[in-house]
Amino acid sequence: MTTHSHPHPHETLPEHDERLGYYQTMEIAVRELLIAKAVFTADDMRRAVEAMDARTPAQGARVVARAWCDPAFKARLIEDGTAAVGELGIDMGETRLLVVENRPGVHNLIVCTLCSCYPRMLLGLPPDWYKSRAYRSRAVREPRAVLAEFGTVLPEDVAVRVHDSTADMRYLVLPAQPPGTAGWSEERLAALVGRDAMIGVTRPVL
Amino acid sequence: MRGHHDMGGLPAGPVERSEHDHALWEKRVDALMLLLSAPSRRLLRVDELRRNIEALPPDAYDRMTYYERWISAIANTLLQRGVITADELGRKMAAVAARGKDAP
Amino acid sequence: MSETATLAPRFAPGARVSVRRADPPGHLRTPWYIRGHVGVIERLCGAFANPEELAYNRPGVPKQPLYRVRFRQREVWPDYRGSAEDKIEVEIYQHWLEPA
Repeated sequence: MTTHSHPHPHETLPEHDERLGYYQTMEIAVRELLIAKAVFTADDMRRAVEAMDARTPAQGARVVARAWCDPAFKARLIEDGTAAVGELGIDMGETRLLVVENRPGVHNLIVCTLCSCYPRMLLGLPPDWYKSRAYRSRAVREPRAVLAEFGTVLPEDVAVRVHDSTADMRYLVLPAQPPGTAGWSEERLAALVGRDAMIGVTRPVL
Repeated sequence: MRGHHDMGGLPAGPVERSEHDHALWEKRVDALMLLLSAPSRRLLRVDELRRNIEALPPDAYDRMTYYERWISAIANTLLQRGVITADELGRKMAAVAARGKDAP
Repeated sequence: MSETATLAPRFAPGARVSVRRADPPGHLRTPWYIRGHVGVIERLCGAFANPEELAYNRPGVPKQPLYRVRFRQREVWPDYRGSAEDKIEVEIYQHWLEPA
C-alpha cells in the first residue's frame, strides 16, 4: 500500500473548500450522535484533541536526555519504563513501556507489523511511513536494508534487534549518547534526539 | 490463512518517507478512540476495532487510509455494541452530507 | 470468572519455546511469520486479558501470561542477509507457546 497523501489544507484552517469524503462524513456523524446521546461532550472532544496536539516527540527526548544525564534514572528506565516515565509526568495508560537501549554492538528498531502500535504518549502520532505496508512488511525481514533507506548503515559487528510490538508493550529506543556531548545540559541533549532515533531508524548526530 | 493485515515478512517496495500533517478530522478519529475506550466509558475496546479493521476486504484495506479504516471500525463496533443503530447513523450521515461543511 | 483471574506462567526466562503453527479464525496477535519457529523467552511481561476474546467484547479472563520471545533472524528467514547475531523479539501469549 502506498502512503496516501492528503490534499487537505493545514489542520487549523476551516475545511470548507471541498466536499466532505465519505469517512469524514462518518466521523462527524458518529461524533454528533454520541454527543447527542451524552456519551461525551464537545468540550471533551476538544480537550482530547488539544491533549493529542501537546504530545510530541519532545516528551520522549526529555526521557532520553534525562537517562543520559542520570545513570540511576537510566537504570530505572530500563528496569521499568512505565514507572520511570511516570516520574516525569508521562502516563502510559493501559500500555506498558519497554525501553530498549542502543549499546556498542546492538542497534534496536521498532515496528508493529499487525497494525501500528506506537508509544504515542512519548512520541505523539506516528508518521505515515511507520504505518505503511513497506515498513511493516520489511522492517522484520530486512531491517538493515530499511535502515539504509533512512541513511543508517550499520557494520556487521553491530547486531540489529527488531522489536515487533504485537501486544500490550510499547517500545522506545534509548539511543546512544553521541560522542563529544559529555557535560551538556539536559535541554541541549534533548534537542539532539528526534522521533526517528527513538523509533530506531536513525541515530542522533551533532 | 494469513490475514491481509498480517504482513510481516512479505515483499514490498521502498519505504516512502513523505509525511502529512494530520487533518482535524483525523485527530478527532484518534480522540474518539481514546474517549470511547477510556476506562470510565469502556464503550469499545481497541481489540474490537482491530478485529473490524482486519475484517475489511483486502482491496478496501489497501485503498482506505489509516484513519478511514479506524473510523469505519469505530462505527462498526458501536453498531455491534448497540450504542448507535444503523438507521440513525445513516440518517445522520445523510444530514451531514447535505450540510456540506464541517460542524464544530 | 473474576476479572483478575490469571493463569500461572509456564515458562521462565531462558526457556526454549516454539510458537504453535495454529491457524484459527478471529483476531490474533501472533504474526504469521513467527508461527512454527523456535526462540528463547527473554522475559515475562506480565499477564493480560486475552485480546482474542476482548475482540468480541468478552472479558478475556483468565489473564494470559505474555512473554517477549527472542529469535535469531537467520533461523526465521531462509534468505536473511545480515549478521548471525541479528534478532527479532516478539510479544507472544502463553497459549501460543509450547516447550521446544
